[in-house]
Amino acid sequence: MNAAKATADTGAAGLTTRPERGGAVRNLLMVTMGPIVAALVFSGVILLLLGVNPLTYYGFIVERGLFSSLGLQQTATRMAPLLFLAAGLIVAFRAGIWNLGVDGQFLLGAVAAAAFAPLLVGIWPNWLILTAGFVLAGAVGAAWSVLPALLKAYQGVNEIITTLMMTFLGISFSHVLVKLVFLDPATTVPQTRTLPVEDRLPRLFETNISSGLILGLVAVVAVHLMMTRTAFGLRLRTVGASPLAAAHAGLSVPRLTLAVFGLSAGFAGLAGAVAILGVEGNVRADWNPAFGLMVIPLVFLARLHGIGVIVLIFFYSAILIGSESAARKMGVPQDFTLVLVSNLLIFLALAEYLDHRRRQR
Amino acid sequence: MGVSSRQAQDLRPLPGAEVIGLVSVTKRFPGVVAVDAVSLSVRAGEIHVLLGENGAGKSTIVGMFAGLQEPDDGHLTAGGQRMRLTSPAASIAAGISTVFQHAMLVPTLTVFENLVLGDAWWHRPPRAEVAARVAGLQRDYGLTLPLDAITGELSLGEQQQIEIARALLRNARVLILDEATSMVTPAGAAELGARMRMLADRGLAVIFITHKLSEAFRFGDRITVLKQGRLAGEIAPGRLRTLDEAGAIDEMVRLMFGGGGRAVPVTPRTGQTRGAVRLSATDLATARTDDFAGLESITFEVASGEILGIAGIDGNGQKQLAEALAGQRPLTGGSIRIEGVDATCGLVADRRKAGLRYLTDDRLSEGSIGAFPVYLNTVLKEIGKPPFWRGGLERTSRIRDHARALIREYTVRTPAETTPIGHLSGGNIQKVILGRELSGTARIVVFNKPTYGLDMQNITAFRRRIREIADQGVAVILISTDLDELIELSDRIAVMEGGRLTGTVTNDPSQAEAMRLQIGRLMVAEDGPASVPA
Repeated sequence: MNAAKATADTGAAGLTTRPERGGAVRNLLMVTMGPIVAALVFSGVILLLLGVNPLTYYGFIVERGLFSSLGLQQTATRMAPLLFLAAGLIVAFRAGIWNLGVDGQFLLGAVAAAAFAPLLVGIWPNWLILTAGFVLAGAVGAAWSVLPALLKAYQGVNEIITTLMMTFLGISFSHVLVKLVFLDPATTVPQTRTLPVEDRLPRLFETNISSGLILGLVAVVAVHLMMTRTAFGLRLRTVGASPLAAAHAGLSVPRLTLAVFGLSAGFAGLAGAVAILGVEGNVRADWNPAFGLMVIPLVFLARLHGIGVIVLIFFYSAILIGSESAARKMGVPQDFTLVLVSNLLIFLALAEYLDHRRRQR
Repeated sequence: MGVSSRQAQDLRPLPGAEVIGLVSVTKRFPGVVAVDAVSLSVRAGEIHVLLGENGAGKSTIVGMFAGLQEPDDGHLTAGGQRMRLTSPAASIAAGISTVFQHAMLVPTLTVFENLVLGDAWWHRPPRAEVAARVAGLQRDYGLTLPLDAITGELSLGEQQQIEIARALLRNARVLILDEATSMVTPAGAAELGARMRMLADRGLAVIFITHKLSEAFRFGDRITVLKQGRLAGEIAPGRLRTLDEAGAIDEMVRLMFGGGGRAVPVTPRTGQTRGAVRLSATDLATARTDDFAGLESITFEVASGEILGIAGIDGNGQKQLAEALAGQRPLTGGSIRIEGVDATCGLVADRRKAGLRYLTDDRLSEGSIGAFPVYLNTVLKEIGKPPFWRGGLERTSRIRDHARALIREYTVRTPAETTPIGHLSGGNIQKVILGRELSGTARIVVFNKPTYGLDMQNITAFRRRIREIADQGVAVILISTDLDELIELSDRIAVMEGGRLTGTVTNDPSQAEAMRLQIGRLMVAEDGPASVPA
């Protein structure tokens, strides 16, 4: 976690710093592009050892994830929940709160939306069901962060530990809810009732892309603007940069901490809603895509910058979709994407370290 | 260093010979010269007291001997030879053992484990040998060393004995005790004094760091007084023996607080006509914290146009008082009135609205946010307020205009208002903070060590600025550890010790030397505990 924290600190600093010209180009090459190339090369070596031609594999991923029409639509649809999660993480990390419990908040939000929405089909108008589903999921997600939030705000208990604990509980709890409470009596497989396809979020134009993508983009951009352009965002950044300075400036650090948890976990809940109401339609027992753990590194990689996150999530989704096909066609396990991303993080941390050393000299 | 290494007794230098020393050593930290061309000679068989207020440079010197820091200029010596200590391990290898103020033992390990910690990892700790040597130490020095006790369960005094034993097991030639008596009872301190004497008698050089004058006299052979990073004077053993306690303390007070024949400050401020009372504090009290007992019955008034100086050795409640006044620290008793209106329950924002401004002494981590650009730092206490924000939205160009005006007015040296404030020097950061606090209608300003660590030019500018705002009718509370500054600027000087105001003197710069000594005596308050007994 320390490495991650250091990355974020320098990242936050980097955002407000205006690097000198010339330095910016070298910075981009060394700290951003360098690790990406190094990770691709290193992962390629692993692929070679597995007996797979890396160029074929990468080419396949690019072709399936980006350049085929169907793949591109899948990629775009996959982005939606990741974008909501990223929005929540940007709020938290910029405010110096390490909400690592987004997966639990996400799943409980998803279960809430899946339990609630199908019941009202035909009773409420469609737009109201979807809106209420989002609100409910957001509220449930936020509610799951109340305990860590109170402990952090008033007792100073490390939120990394409490949110991680709560995420394990939340994941198990969501499984229990699906199996025991919100079980669809009409099926033998344990899962919630299913929201009919025609009642889900509308598709964009003539494509298969869920309009959740638009909502996700709006969420990230809104969060980015909130953090950079508003008084509230500056208050949060102040608390994140130095709680001491925040208290000195007269800000209520505990109350802002509570707000950060609420917003961050609320977005995680919304991510659950967008996954269910946009794509899945129901929650199967033991469903846990662990999107949160995937998005955390991307948010760091983008230095907590909203636009950067959107770009990275786009490419990451493309890799995910592409590697799903690659797994079927080329026999490379789908989890290889995780190897790729972890290599990227290792090289990123390395570049960060070297850059830091260079600056010190 | 192995426990079983050579018997050092044979190698010990003759009593009185220099063991280690400093040769015109200078150490700078960002914005502060912590140690300024100090030369020092520590001799075998001598208890060498380093005396000085907090910030006098004692800890930095300890840090250099302990291998935690290296000097920027000058060098260390060992037995007359030039020496470098690049790490704590190098310091230990050079025969220097440091007992820090806060015990550096692993609380969950046994005493035995702590004693052998740091030995070579590839062999089993020689239990029988250590036990035999420990038994010898217990006999020779009266140390209590229960080898199988869990360290964390022992008292602080006992933990200190373990650290001393560890130093002896390492065959240390120099033992440094950093504020070693601040954690123990008076009886424990006396015991420690006797033990130091035994160690010195056996040829060790003992460096004893303290800010308590009577301990310096009772335990020390040689007393070196540090003041603001510089060597203020030394009382050699021959001279010290001729003095009685009162005489020695007089001498130390003179070295610590005296002007040393410097010129009386220019244009002293006296005889100001006092205006209406701006701030009155009655019986202020705050809660006890881990490292401070809390404020108790603090009562004072400051009038318009008046500068009330608050003197005291660092850490006697000045920061707590400033924070209580600013609304940053909750009061457990007493009341605060601002221009006659009760403000006891107000928070930071309310006090600021009422015209009370607080210039923190922690300009780097509390007063500013290093990663934020200068322009945001100028409005950190106004977030969300017009004219810089409208409807919660930042009006960046207005803030930047405001910042540029402030940079001009306070001659802040910065490439641009968009530069992260952390890139500026301490003096320039302080100017930005000063500009922030004085913008708008400041009616009462609390300065906490405003010129600490600044260069002479900035100090002069700051003092002029403080005088100017008082002349404009602002009520000023000036907390400072620099007596010259207080005598130069204040109308009255209150002295703080142990969370209380121990006295107030009306400033009379024509009697500067007498005032220094009078205030110095109130500051050290030999009878009262200067720090919290643990």
